[in-house]
Amino acid sequence: MNELVIETHELRKSFKGQPALAGLNLQVPAGSIFGFLGRNGAGKTTTIKTLIGLLRPDSGDARVFGLMPGDSSAGILIRRRIGYVAEDKELYPYMTVAQIIRFTRGFFPRWRDDLEQRYLKMFELPLNRKIPDLSKGTRSKLVLLLAICRGADLLILDEPSDGLDPVSVRDMLRELVALAGSEAITIFFSSHQLEEVEQIADSVCIIDRGAAVVAGSLDDMKTQYQRLRVVFGEQLPAGIRWGEGADYVRQEGRTVEILATHNVEDILNQARSVPGASVERFPVTLKDIFLETVRSN
Amino acid sequence: MIFRLNPSSGVPLYLQLMEQIRHGIETGALKAGDQLPTIRGLAEELVMNPNTVVRAYRELEHEGVIELRHGSGAYVSESVAGRARVTRKAQNIVQSAIERLADLGLTGDEIRRLFDNEIAQLRAGTASGGKDE
Repeated sequence: MNELVIETHELRKSFKGQPALAGLNLQVPAGSIFGFLGRNGAGKTTTIKTLIGLLRPDSGDARVFGLMPGDSSAGILIRRRIGYVAEDKELYPYMTVAQIIRFTRGFFPRWRDDLEQRYLKMFELPLNRKIPDLSKGTRSKLVLLLAICRGADLLILDEPSDGLDPVSVRDMLRELVALAGSEAITIFFSSHQLEEVEQIADSVCIIDRGAAVVAGSLDDMKTQYQRLRVVFGEQLPAGIRWGEGADYVRQEGRTVEILATHNVEDILNQARSVPGASVERFPVTLKDIFLETVRSN
Repeated sequence: MIFRLNPSSGVPLYLQLMEQIRHGIETGALKAGDQLPTIRGLAEELVMNPNTVVRAYRELEHEGVIELRHGSGAYVSESVAGRARVTRKAQNIVQSAIERLADLGLTGDEIRRLFDNEIAQLRAGTASGGKDE
């Protein structure tokens, strides 16, 4: 589990002087389902395009399977082992579903007929329909099928659930989970749906303005992080310092809200030591972490 | 045994799963020697990460609640029978305490907070050897 499938170090990339990536460090363990989160324009798609060799970083380096995607021969080796679903899910418009499957299969010697049959049935894909006539959701499913069936070791999915109805989202998540359980596969996906990330990801990274603000095991985060609400009896004692771990602090009148990333017990004890203060602690959701870290950054 | 997990509750999923398996044992829904679902089967059924199921099973094994047999899956330990008796006894104590607190007019939330605070105090006491409020 310690092997890294994706690793970037101080990755930087600007477009017309505007930084899109500003020193991104990313570590994706083999076998993980990795949720990649951030606001629109935070640098998610630029990261993904760099990982698959479509963009070259200005500085820093990226490694996928230990190889550099910017390197042309290594890039080919990497792309052979990746199933990639782009954000726009574009496909050749003049083909039918059956034709695009046959066409794509030709490029991949490790094509998985078993998975193809399974997904055709599960996703109820209309074999003879032309691609422009497909709904957005059906097209998303088709693109996912094409990415998975090539026998990839790494799936990179840019907002895979975009445009899917709730039943299809659940089917897709279940399929990703099944793949992670049965194949030696790593799944790296970006999403705005925090609930789906929370449901299936074991590791996450939140990026903001081109750099990671939070990264690591989701369960560990939920264990270590706590939300604390302290209500003071009178006014806030002057010059109170919350110390280490109280990384995000907001105050409204006599109430202080703290998102503590570690050292929670010390912060609690400190709050309790103020006479008349009442202290409550709450578990932290991914949404709490996202809103807090992205807002105050 | 039906497990119901809530990914958005803030409680880590592996802890929720561990808790539900323990609960199943305490209530008798799971008995010593019973086989638990396979990792893959449970991951698909609950639509959760297989690594998370592995983590929950490993921790429960570490606690002696279940046994992982190589190649054949996870089973509830024979040793949980004694623990189930202790839990039933504890349940009676908690029940009568809560009834008395409710008689004093305390709400469920108030009682829960009191319990949480006492548990926190107990932990702080064992950690530092002293406490004050």
